[in-house]
Amino acid sequence: MSDRIPLLEVRNLKKHFISGILKKRKVLTAVDGIDFVIYKGETFGLVGESGCGKTTIGRTIIRLYNPTDGEILFDGEEIGHLSERELKPYRKRMQMIFQDPYASLNSRMTVTDIIAEGIDTHHLLEGDAKQERIYELLEKVGLKREHASRYPHEFSGGQRQRIGIARALAVNPELIICDEPISALDVSIQAQVVNMLEDLQDEFGLTYLFIAHDLSMVRHISDRIGVMYLGKMMEITTADELYENALHPYTKSLLSAIPIPDPTSSIRDRRVILKGDVGSPINPKPGCRFASRCQYAKPNCFTETPELREIKEGHFASCHYIEEINGI
Amino acid sequence: MSKILEVKNLRTTFFTHLGEVQAVRGISFDLDEGGILGIVGESGSGKSVTSLSIMGLVDEPGKIVEGEIFFQGTDLTKLDHKDMMQFRGNEISMIFQDPMTSINPAFTIGNQLREVIMAHSDLNKDQAHERALELLKMVGIPDPESRIKNFPYQFSGGMRQRALIAMAIANNPKLLIADEPTTALDVTIQAQILELMRDLKDKINSSVILITHDLGVISEICDKVIVMYGGMIMEKADIKNLFAHPQHPYTRGLLLSIPTNVTGKKKRLIPIEGSPPDLMDPPSGCPFSPRCPHAMEICLKKAAPLFKISETQEASCWLHHQDAPEVSGMVKVEGEQS
Ligand SMILES: Nc1ncnc2c1ncn2[C@@H]1O[C@H](COP(=O)(O)OP(=O)(O)OP(=O)(O)O)[C@@H](O)[C@H]1O
Ligand SMILES: Nc1ncnc2c1ncn2[C@@H]1O[C@H](COP(=O)(O)OP(=O)(O)OP(=O)(O)O)[C@@H](O)[C@H]1O
Ligand code: SF4
Ligand code: SF4
Ligand SMILES: [Mg+2]
Ligand SMILES: [Mg+2]
Repeated sequence: MSDRIPLLEVRNLKKHFISGILKKRKVLTAVDGIDFVIYKGETFGLVGESGCGKTTIGRTIIRLYNPTDGEILFDGEEIGHLSERELKPYRKRMQMIFQDPYASLNSRMTVTDIIAEGIDTHHLLEGDAKQERIYELLEKVGLKREHASRYPHEFSGGQRQRIGIARALAVNPELIICDEPISALDVSIQAQVVNMLEDLQDEFGLTYLFIAHDLSMVRHISDRIGVMYLGKMMEITTADELYENALHPYTKSLLSAIPIPDPTSSIRDRRVILKGDVGSPINPKPGCRFASRCQYAKPNCFTETPELREIKEGHFASCHYIEEINGI
Repeated sequence: MSKILEVKNLRTTFFTHLGEVQAVRGISFDLDEGGILGIVGESGSGKSVTSLSIMGLVDEPGKIVEGEIFFQGTDLTKLDHKDMMQFRGNEISMIFQDPMTSINPAFTIGNQLREVIMAHSDLNKDQAHERALELLKMVGIPDPESRIKNFPYQFSGGMRQRALIAMAIANNPKLLIADEPTTALDVTIQAQILELMRDLKDKINSSVILITHDLGVISEICDKVIVMYGGMIMEKADIKNLFAHPQHPYTRGLLLSIPTNVTGKKKRLIPIEGSPPDLMDPPSGCPFSPRCPHAMEICLKKAAPLFKISETQEASCWLHHQDAPEVSGMVKVEGEQS
């Protein structure tokens, strides 16, 4: 494990969205002090409920948003505060596949134009060589040469997601941020796209940040997983450890809520049904973000924010009572 | 067990300016009194149109072009608008896929609940208010006395879904149709809502049709399942057999393509190749034939009848025919088919 080389390191990353002024000022703490590392060649899964800040993290890493605070280290270089010009070489090394295959492709551009955009921006190839490269990419993602001159609306959701993947691959990136690449797809298509992502990873040695809320698919694809709740990281560990020995009360209830496609499963009887609703990320008070729904919460959980700590080797969690709850 | 609902050869088509969309192509099924029937299938397979057909809510340019829908013996397709209104919201009610289509953002939750209650009962306003409070409590909305005055935007997604359920069960319907009631929700909230539905079914003793594309959800709460594809029924089964011995290549494909993780080892997923059919120009035979690894000549010409595998399982696939080649796990069936 010690020979792993970090490709991306995020330290105390914050992204706040501010609206209103004076007394009406609202601070939406979409991402509120997150730390994690992604090693070269691995897939890091990021899970959590809607609105917990997953997409915002992805967008901040590739600097579609400027971070409010914290550092983003890519291959050892701090890129969170670089100017657009200084960023350009990094833009080639990091790409993102977007959540919605229907909205993320420009409907007035042909497939060739869409894929060529990055190649042109970075002056990678021209003329016939460029067109050849586009054909090659289309074939890589399971589409055909003939598709190159068509428009996005002529494709199904799964095919559009493939176009998005071809676009990301076009500039030979090292890190690809996959933001829910399969959630808009039919079950019967999801496996096609996941297999393809795995094949491409093997072939090109890619590193993935894989954002999702389908927990069984995340387990399948990830080496390590981070679990978020309302802008905070609750737990990070390897995929198997997370599913077999989750330590954090939130992770436990999240895992136990997954509907199991097996009517003989006995998990239902052991299920922890959470009470209450997810809180609001606007002007949050100090304390554990999960406290309002946590069955173990004690008074100080509502006032003191727990830090992410290494509980066992490579297994991090942020909860004041993790040892007590798990009998460690 | 007696049947509360019997759908016979239902065919619903949309006559759009681009052509005919054959959304539902001759499906038959029934629902036991007190049962929970799941309908699964991919996007566009005709699940919502099936339920809208039952509700008498298929709008222009759509039309039920063939078939019968018996609800406790009455053929709903023969009713005029006024009579259908009597059934809808009273005997039969529905939770819609898009919550905003059935909640009016301009009125309070209480207002809308009272409306629904008074439309189908003799209760006066105060009694309806009491009943509304009782319903909100029943669906687990905390502090109903103050929440009843809220507008929909003041509710979270999960609470809005509860309010919708409260409206749908307000008049103790005999049949409740829930179209993807949890799809827009997070898993922890989904688990709450599924628990609530299980619980309510026992309390108000209604029969339920639950539409979803999530096999996990199906397995959590249904006792029987219909698998739809391209506007047709591919398989009908009780829940145990569907998961243990699927008898249709599409059902099998679906089950194989979801990660299992029992071993904890990374196994490659087995996808279904290709993509779903275009209902404007559906394949002439079995709708699954363009993607089916076992497709035979007859499959391209003629859709298979439903072969009766056992008392609780039927599948529309030619592999069950006596003369079809052996495919492991697929049962051969003798004699006449429906
Ligand atoms: N550009 C923006 N301006 C203001 N608020 C934003 C913006 N983008 C996101 N937010 C808010 O930040 C929070 C986190 O949103 P984000 O999209 O990152 O969540 P997510 O975890 O990706 O959710 P989902 O699973 O629904 O995609 C939400 O409360 C959201 O409303
Ligand atoms: N008003 C309409 N006009 C034209 N076509 C329609 C209309 N409503 C539905 N359809 C078509 O009928 C077919 C079946 O749609 P339906 O909504 O029943 O699918 P579904 O199984 O509920 O899918 P989903 O899982 O996406 O909700 C689709 O091809 C759809 O495009
Ligand atoms: S810190 Fe307190 S509220 Fe938060 S998860 Fe731990 S016990 Fe629960
Ligand atoms: S009828 Fe033919 S094409 Fe259809 S599922 Fe069966 S074998 Fe496959
Ligand atoms: Mg997102
Ligand atoms: Mg639908």
